[in-house]
Amino acid sequence: MTTGRRPLLAVLKVTKSYAMGTQVVHALRGVTLGVAAGDYVAIMGASGSGKSTLMHILGCLDVPDRGRYLLDGVDVRYLEDDELAEIRNRKIGFVFQSFNLIPRTSAAQNVELPLVYAGVKRRNRRLRALEALARVGLANRVHHLPSELSGGQQQRVAIARALVSDPTVLLADEPTGNLDSRSTTEVLEVFDDLNREGRTVVLITHERDVADHARRVIVLRDGRVVQDERRRPLVEAVA
Amino acid sequence: MIAVESLRIAVQGILSNRLRSLLTMLGVTIGVASVIILVAVGNGSSAAVQSQLEALGTNVLTVFAARGGFGPFGRGGGRSTVGTQSRSSGLTMKDVTALQKRQNGPDLKSVNPVVNAQPTVTYQGATYQPGQFVGTTAGYFEAENFHVASGRLFTQADVANHSPVVVLGQTVVQNLFGTADPLGETIAVNGVQFQVIGVLATKGNQGLQNQDDVASAPITIVQASLTGVSGTLNQIVVEAKSRKVTSLAEQEITTTLLSTHKITNGEPDFQVLNQASFISASNASQHTFTVLLGAVAAISLLVGGIGVMNIMLVTVTERTREIGIRKAIGARRAHIIGQFMTEAVLLSMIGGLIGVGAGIAGSRFEIIGIQPVVATYSVVLAFCVSAAVGLLFGIYPAGRAAALRPIEALRYE
Repeated sequence: MTTGRRPLLAVLKVTKSYAMGTQVVHALRGVTLGVAAGDYVAIMGASGSGKSTLMHILGCLDVPDRGRYLLDGVDVRYLEDDELAEIRNRKIGFVFQSFNLIPRTSAAQNVELPLVYAGVKRRNRRLRALEALARVGLANRVHHLPSELSGGQQQRVAIARALVSDPTVLLADEPTGNLDSRSTTEVLEVFDDLNREGRTVVLITHERDVADHARRVIVLRDGRVVQDERRRPLVEAVA
Repeated sequence: MIAVESLRIAVQGILSNRLRSLLTMLGVTIGVASVIILVAVGNGSSAAVQSQLEALGTNVLTVFAARGGFGPFGRGGGRSTVGTQSRSSGLTMKDVTALQKRQNGPDLKSVNPVVNAQPTVTYQGATYQPGQFVGTTAGYFEAENFHVASGRLFTQADVANHSPVVVLGQTVVQNLFGTADPLGETIAVNGVQFQVIGVLATKGNQGLQNQDDVASAPITIVQASLTGVSGTLNQIVVEAKSRKVTSLAEQEITTTLLSTHKITNGEPDFQVLNQASFISASNASQHTFTVLLGAVAAISLLVGGIGVMNIMLVTVTERTREIGIRKAIGARRAHIIGQFMTEAVLLSMIGGLIGVGAGIAGSRFEIIGIQPVVATYSVVLAFCVSAAVGLLFGIYPAGRAAALRPIEALRYE
């Protein structure tokens, strides 16, 4: 592969607006950007800048009003709900600010869930879940319930869940927003490691020091990209 | 795999809110239990009526001299003659003899002439008028399902010998003898001496008629001393060989009597009453009663189902965020629908199962004087309906859950 290859995520002149009461909010006013495989991108911006909307579109939780979004070469705009669900299941790993683990369900079962929906057999599922939990350093917390884990641990379970289906891209929406500084360091280390192994990571943050971990920082303001800065060179993804 | 997973999630959902799940199930439980118990009560009362009717004798056909084509309701020879049909003899011993011929009535077991008298009976100063004083032959007791409690019944020989013997029902005994033993005592029936040879076992009330307020003596002596030997009979009580052949027996009687009465125009001057047809008529009305009770109970099952739907809607709202998470990590519509449908069906099925237990247990007790008889079909039906109720009332909440937009569901607090 070369640096001139097709980008993994391609956003072309995407606009998105939604009604909030009687007012129409233009969240994205024509965003174009590409993310290459193996990159580590931080998207920054004040609240209301459209970064969450962009994240929803990148994560196929929402589709653009206008413009195109190609994920791994597939235009998602005209896909049905169930087809979008399948893309989210196979190609995207989500990490949310509020962890979003299923309550009263063990760490292992939470991590297994994407594989359940993918129709993976039980034994294989369990194996892969344990692997992913080991990967984030939680091999000894497999049977714990989310309520029995610290914030940092919960977020690492969430990362394991995002990883388990071996997705094309990891999307993290303010992953450290609810964490103390020690847990923040833990979680960012996991992202850094994953990226070093070739995993594509896109994270949203409004904290400079979090963005500093990324190879590339994109700043949004009022629904437009106002800054796109490469901090570190893009390494070749491990195939 | 996904089915097992749905089940696991459903069980978790039910267990995570035990009290609420229990209360929801209670609605279905009460519905199912009441269907089972009420149908059992209907069944039990029908069985009770059936056995009462059977006490009357199920194989019995009673022949009355009855209204002809024209005249008023007449008995014996005393009917008026209107129009051209002047011939009417009522029932006579000739009819009895004809019916007793085997070739005329192959399905008849016994043919018993009956004359009724209204005598006053006295014993040592006590006076009583029995509700029924029946002169008949020996087969009458079996046909009418009378059993002897003490002493003996009179025999064919007693009938042939004009023996002045009498068999008394319990009510008559109480009125004449109080607690004394009547066997062997002599009573005066309209002044004629009869010896008490037997006491009948009690049969209880049958409609308006007290079946124990009865006395019976050989027809020969009753005719000779009480009613006169005019030859007309009040009834002929026929016992068919079995319950199955009662309709055949009815035909045989009709054919024979039409011929002995020389009736050719098809308008008989007698009436045959078939006890079995009473029983089937009463069965039909009992069935209606049972169905009605079941229907009332089914409504409570429906109410239970609405309870399930209500709770499922609450559950879906409560778990909106969870639904959002599941959708974000790749759950499709079918997965979400499956999860909530499984939970609804499981709730109502567990409720139904408990209801089956409660219904069967509750049916062991006597309810308003009726011993319920559990109908297997009602158990199966009630349980299946409870499962179906879960399906039916789970569809809407599950559909609502599946239709949630993932971003909005994720934002839900």
